Amino acid sequence: MNGVSVAHVGRPALRWHTLSRSLRGGLKGGEYIWAVAFVVPYLAVFLAFVVYPVVYGLWLGSDPRLYRELFSDPIYQNTVVNTVLYLALGVNVKMFLALLLSGFFMRPGWWMKVLLLIFVLPWAVPQISAFVSIHWMLNSEWGFLNNLLYHVFHIEGPSWLNERWTALGAVIASHIWKWTPFWTLILLAGRMAIPLEIRDTARVDGATGVRGFVHITFPLLANLYLISTLLSTIFLLGDFNAVYFVSGGGPADSTHVLATLGIRDAFDLAQPRLGVAAVMSALPLVIPLVIVLMRKLRTTEVQL
Amino acid sequence: MSTITAEPRLASGAPTRALRAGWWSRFLGNAGVLVLSVVLVVWTIVPIYNMVLISLEPEGDVFSDHLWPKVPSVESFWGVLTQGHWYLEHFWRQFANSLYLGGMVTLLTLLFGSLTSFSIGRMRIRHGWLVSNAALLTYVIPASFLAIPFYRIMQNYGLANNLWSVISALVAFATPYAIFVFQEYGRSIPIEVDESARIDGASPFQIYRWIYLPLMAPALVAVGTYALLLAWNEFLYQFLLLSTKSSMTVPVALAQFLNSDQSPWNYMMATAIVYALPPVAIYYAFRRRMTAGLTMGGVKG
Repeated sequence: MNGVSVAHVGRPALRWHTLSRSLRGGLKGGEYIWAVAFVVPYLAVFLAFVVYPVVYGLWLGSDPRLYRELFSDPIYQNTVVNTVLYLALGVNVKMFLALLLSGFFMRPGWWMKVLLLIFVLPWAVPQISAFVSIHWMLNSEWGFLNNLLYHVFHIEGPSWLNERWTALGAVIASHIWKWTPFWTLILLAGRMAIPLEIRDTARVDGATGVRGFVHITFPLLANLYLISTLLSTIFLLGDFNAVYFVSGGGPADSTHVLATLGIRDAFDLAQPRLGVAAVMSALPLVIPLVIVLMRKLRTTEVQL
Repeated sequence: MSTITAEPRLASGAPTRALRAGWWSRFLGNAGVLVLSVVLVVWTIVPIYNMVLISLEPEGDVFSDHLWPKVPSVESFWGVLTQGHWYLEHFWRQFANSLYLGGMVTLLTLLFGSLTSFSIGRMRIRHGWLVSNAALLTYVIPASFLAIPFYRIMQNYGLANNLWSVISALVAFATPYAIFVFQEYGRSIPIEVDESARIDGASPFQIYRWIYLPLMAPALVAVGTYALLLAWNEFLYQFLLLSTKSSMTVPVALAQFLNSDQSPWNYMMATAIVYALPPVAIYYAFRRRMTAGLTMGGVKG
């Protein structure tokens, strides 16, 4: 509708005409209206449901006193340690396993195909179902894991979720369980994209096994591996479900990460500003990550 | 280099020894593959086996310590399907909510994403790159970080306990990825196709509907499954925004079981399995297309 009026006003004066023309990027009047109309629905969604909440969130968390209160809270200090551990172990162990397993799944044979089908199952199962099952599996009295330990090895298993470090370990292991298949598939696709001639030439030149990996495969995969690691770090930083369902932040709020602590502060303690401040305190980590990621993605596109 | 020094030895030395060494290393290799395979299968299966095991227990047997159900029973599945437990009073309503949520998120993501990328990529609207770059900035802040302001905004809009509040959030998070993939994929379609249609007098909408969408079908399938599974996997926004029994979705209802350790775990696991069946079926049906979509989306190295 706006486009119509612009077109009408633009017609008499030449200056207006060239101006509106340059705005339209060479599209004719009617087509320009269509082009604008096609973009408007998404722009409306973007402004109402992304820009507005971000601005509102920044405003909610803008009071410096909130951060003073936050930083002096021992639960918050524990949470920062947990988040760092969760990121460091969750991302790197998972990505390293995915790198190794993607090589393993390059082996020929029907058995590998069947194994891969089984292996992607954790990715296919919805997070809620899987994490709820893991939560009950780790129950110290009736859980499957301790039953297994007792029947097979005759050990009394620890009460996994009642102690901070085992509970945090369980959360990290659940994350690795759920997401390793996905990243393995990504890296597998990356390995498949390496031209066959390169692999063959390398093999003829004696670069097989570890040497082939270090000198041929990994340099070609390095960029993909780095991008995947950065993406996975951002995803993991925002992860709520694994912590919420597996440990629930317990025992005694000792295994929260920033995402779950923010929700707990905002809804269980009814202090939304403090909750926003908790998640905003991750921004100094997020912003450099995103800048590096954007640069990497751009150079990758050029290389393609 | 090593092969050059190794080869003469293989050729001139005792052939039987070389053969035996080859057999031996192949045996070790196969044994390694076998061990690794077993470890992987056990690691992958245990949580899923646990889910199935509990769901097959009759009600009284959940709090016991056996490794397989003594008397397997489908009682709990029957309970889910007939809404036979008070935790599950509204199961079908909630399942329908989940379906509606997933369907709407998929539909709107595909619609908005394809319209936007058509305008930017095919019609070359001026400053279009600004829109697609701004859209990608959505992923700078994790969705869970925005949940608190989003919750308050939805309260102000009067959309609390309304599925559309969750739908709009998820569409906002899924569409940037859709635009990105459509742009990448659209580059493989020559622009001359659009131009010749335009010369033949087709309007932009006709080109979009009858030329662009059919040619984009593979990308639409990839992004569609992505959006559907995103909605199916999402929990936080549904948990915060939907709190009445008739408005909530299955994940929120599942989380309610966790309020007490004395919950009917067999019903809970049966619900979790019923909820997991559709995405698992979709994964295996669209497996190839989905990995194609992921690599389309620039995660290629």
